[in-house]
Amino acid sequence: MAAVASPVQNTFDEFLELESKKDLLRFTTAGSVDDGKSTLIGRLLYDSRSVYDDQLESVTKASAGRNAGAIDFSLLTDGLRAEREQGITIDVAYRYFATPKRKFIIADTPGHEQYTRNMVTGASTAELAIVLVDARKGVLEQSRRHAYIAGLLGIEQLVIAINKMDLVGYDEAVFRNIEVDFQKILTRFPAIESYFVPVSALVGDNIVSRSHNMPWFKGQSLLEHLETVRVGGRVRAAAFRFPVQRVVRPSHEFRGYAGTIVSGSVRPGDPVVIWPSGRETTIARIVTFDGDLEHAEAGKSVTLTLADEIDLSRGDVIASREDTPQKTHAVEATLVWLNDKPAEVGKRYRLKHAARQDWATLKHINRRISVKTLEEETGRSLELNAIGEVTIETARAFVFDNYAQNRATGSFILIDPATNATVAAGMITAAAESSTIEPLAGVSWRLENGALILASEEGLTASEKSAEALQIEDPEALEALRHLLRRLRIRPFSADTSESDWEI
Amino acid sequence: MSHWRHLQQLEAESIHIMREVVAECQRPVLLYSIGKDSSVLLRLAQKAFYPGAVPFPLLHVDTGYKFREMIEFRDRYTTELGLKLIVHTNRAALEEGANPFAWGTQRCCGALKTTSLLDGLREGGFDAAMGGARRDEERSRAKERVFSFRDTRGQWDPRNQRPELWNLFNTRIHPGESLRVFPLSNWTELDVWQYIYAEKIPIVPLYFAKPRPMLVRGDSLLPVEQPFVPRLPGEEPQMVMCRMRSLGCSPCTGAIRSEADTVPKIIEELISVRRSERQNRVIDHDQDGSMEIKKQEGYF
Repeated sequence: MAAVASPVQNTFDEFLELESKKDLLRFTTAGSVDDGKSTLIGRLLYDSRSVYDDQLESVTKASAGRNAGAIDFSLLTDGLRAEREQGITIDVAYRYFATPKRKFIIADTPGHEQYTRNMVTGASTAELAIVLVDARKGVLEQSRRHAYIAGLLGIEQLVIAINKMDLVGYDEAVFRNIEVDFQKILTRFPAIESYFVPVSALVGDNIVSRSHNMPWFKGQSLLEHLETVRVGGRVRAAAFRFPVQRVVRPSHEFRGYAGTIVSGSVRPGDPVVIWPSGRETTIARIVTFDGDLEHAEAGKSVTLTLADEIDLSRGDVIASREDTPQKTHAVEATLVWLNDKPAEVGKRYRLKHAARQDWATLKHINRRISVKTLEEETGRSLELNAIGEVTIETARAFVFDNYAQNRATGSFILIDPATNATVAAGMITAAAESSTIEPLAGVSWRLENGALILASEEGLTASEKSAEALQIEDPEALEALRHLLRRLRIRPFSADTSESDWEI
Repeated sequence: MSHWRHLQQLEAESIHIMREVVAECQRPVLLYSIGKDSSVLLRLAQKAFYPGAVPFPLLHVDTGYKFREMIEFRDRYTTELGLKLIVHTNRAALEEGANPFAWGTQRCCGALKTTSLLDGLREGGFDAAMGGARRDEERSRAKERVFSFRDTRGQWDPRNQRPELWNLFNTRIHPGESLRVFPLSNWTELDVWQYIYAEKIPIVPLYFAKPRPMLVRGDSLLPVEQPFVPRLPGEEPQMVMCRMRSLGCSPCTGAIRSEADTVPKIIEELISVRRSERQNRVIDHDQDGSMEIKKQEGYF
């Protein structure tokens, strides 16, 4: 086998040097069918030389039947046959291109009104969103919707590309008016940084290089902006969170916890808290195949070992001690419904959050939000593409951050247990009161040598006498009983310190 | 790999995906195709489960027509890494005389690849099969999920795929259903080569240029490993300096003329050659949108 030899020449060395410094930007695109979104993406791929000649030949060939003439850039991104025949994109498609400065992953999503679902999906992993506005039509209802979804999904950077400038005579006034209109929408989303750029995807104005047709525009071209915009700062600055994906125990000598650092950073010796148990310890090692690390930050998949022997399991969260996550059995969340079958209040769903699954009940639909007006709508139902504010209760304690603070620990999906379909995307906005069960006033309990002792305020009750009959030896059964009592919100005796984590 | 920031990001994401599969699926398997992407998958698996062992077996669907050098590499490398390898071949079809010239590429692929894969998965009782497919390979793959759901017949329904949000993968299936998982979904061909370079990952020597006997037909270079590859009147193999850009069955994988005999030279070639890697795969040229049809039938 040929060994990896030294690079063939100096220029190639320099190339690899440049390549090794690139980072990755994920962005999503939103626009309606006629905004020229597919053309814009096709143009970015083509102009950045990310389209192979044989691919280009195959779309040039295909264009001849539909639309004779020049290359139809939109065909480069239309994937599935049925979609090609209908001439519309109907799902999220991922595209890849690179420039000498950066690598890009595009989540290309359609702008059809009924496809809020796809836009949300595309935006969930994106750091930046491009919203297309047709210069001839100006800000439409859907522009509002695109901005709203970007805001809802925690997109840091928004680019508003005002397209088809060639069809309005490259008129600066058209661009400025749309900019002013769009800024009004953005006042609702103070966390978003925005950039406006006038383009023609078809002609190529301000896509890769600055357009001579619009000398009045002094800003960067779309691609220049994408290459230089700063992203990811929020995740790195957020508090350390490490949801445990797997317990790694290859031998008795090693016990580690595998997972991805979803926010913040970590060093050996860092003090941490294990959630939901609340136990404190410190990080011993950051273990990787390539050797131990002295420091690891958000995005890295590692295996952590702890200074103390603590029994963790999948789904537990290792977090910094300063800025701790919240722990409750109920949360308020914004829910985007993704399935044909509407949401059912009172129904139990499987909830996947960070590295765990749990049972969750949809307790209330508190508000329904119109994606058109962004105002509250009448009605308390949630069907496909609807957005609502809901209360969700989970079977076990739920460790989280609000989505606005932390995307990874603030997001969840709901799965219908009958069909296994992913039916909803959730973004946690606050902890909620677990309202269904009222604490049983005046009664408390204690486990003593496997016997359950119930007491009322008047003193020990008759059940103490039957304690013998309740003798439980099995530790798992004891744990289940403890759990049940906690869920019933029956207070433990204050003397029983082992139950100090009693809280719901 | 102290720099290569984008590769570190991709690596971490792939490791996360593999760990999720092992944490949530009952019987995972890694579909090992011996190609460069499979080599990358093996390295990622080692990294994901370190210091533990790779907790799943490899399944190679051997059509019987793979290059000899591929099989040698497979046996040597998987032994070296101490991995459990299962090889599945559709012997019945081979005995019936299946080959791409006698049966046509579609029917041959259907029997030796698709049917064989589904049988191999069923025999092993595997509910999650990880593979090295990437979204940048082919247009119809751009919409493929990382966790792709297959029904009880192993088939893919483009209208019945689960939306995938954040890194929250829905791994739930009913008995008999299965998942195909693609940890390299977001990698491009260039990323794969750069990773092989940065990590010094062993790959099959067929990727490196050297003089090989080929049937030269216009721009196409056809390997002559199998006796049934028909020759034109008077046609003799010629020694041509060439290499394989992607690996498949020898009768259906064309070579490309190339001088690239090291990984850096391959990378250099990649950025100057403007043709996609599947172009030399004869099988994709049967009809427009053919990959999509194969996928619906259960092809990986």
